Amino acid sequence: MRLEYFEMIDSVVRLDRAAGQIEATARVPEASPVFEGHFPGHPLVPGVLLTETMAQASGYLILAHLGFERMPFLTGVDKARFRSFVGPGATLSVSATLEHDGSGYAVTKAAIRHDGKALCDAELRFRTMPFPDGLDGPMRQRAEAIGLLALAGLGGGAAA
Amino acid sequence: MSDDPATGSATFQRVADIIAETADIERDKITPESHAIDDLGIDSLAFLDIAFAVDKAFGIKLPLERWTQEVNEGKVPAEQYFVLKNLCARIDALVAEKAAKA
Repeated sequence: MRLEYFEMIDSVVRLDRAAGQIEATARVPEASPVFEGHFPGHPLVPGVLLTETMAQASGYLILAHLGFERMPFLTGVDKARFRSFVGPGATLSVSATLEHDGSGYAVTKAAIRHDGKALCDAELRFRTMPFPDGLDGPMRQRAEAIGLLALAGLGGGAAA
Repeated sequence: MSDDPATGSATFQRVADIIAETADIERDKITPESHAIDDLGIDSLAFLDIAFAVDKAFGIKLPLERWTQEVNEGKVPAEQYFVLKNLCARIDALVAEKAAKA
């Protein structure tokens, strides 16, 4: 994870496009300016960044599901629960399942586990739309870097 | 079930309940003649929430993208999709289409 750059997902470890499921890994950095404020002397990953992590895993799942033809944008977070604390150095297991592939929108359920225990979960909603100018390339680049393109069978793999 | 203009069809009753709950609109204000946007003030994001609830309730996929495109291109007046009695007729058609394929 590079928290300051909102790069939350380090690698995709499993993708099942038919079942609409993704599993990914996110390693919390040992140090980050985020921890200086949240909280001084007691560093914890903020719930809002855990939500973003679940949203990004869901987003990559939707991107793969739609064959990178449309971009998902987060529009709703329902039933978010933060069940425990996590701090620097933790390795997080992030999962998401496509609950509904609507016309122009998608709904996922996502969760994060740490040390085999549930850390957080939420139901997330996305609007999907054609890629804004210039976003397609960087998204594909990032997807390739985390191994998504290769797992999705959408090309790439060299940098995965 | 009644198709009385005031109370609408069974499909309308379900859709109106969904709208009332999802968009926090008083149930009594929702009639078959209501325009989702002009009369009920439902915005595009709330309409997506309603579409999700309708998709789940009826086991269909409302083709919102196609409808939006048709309206934006002036091919179909918005009333055809967003006045609730018309929306319900389209839901009924999608349900029948799905049943025919099953």
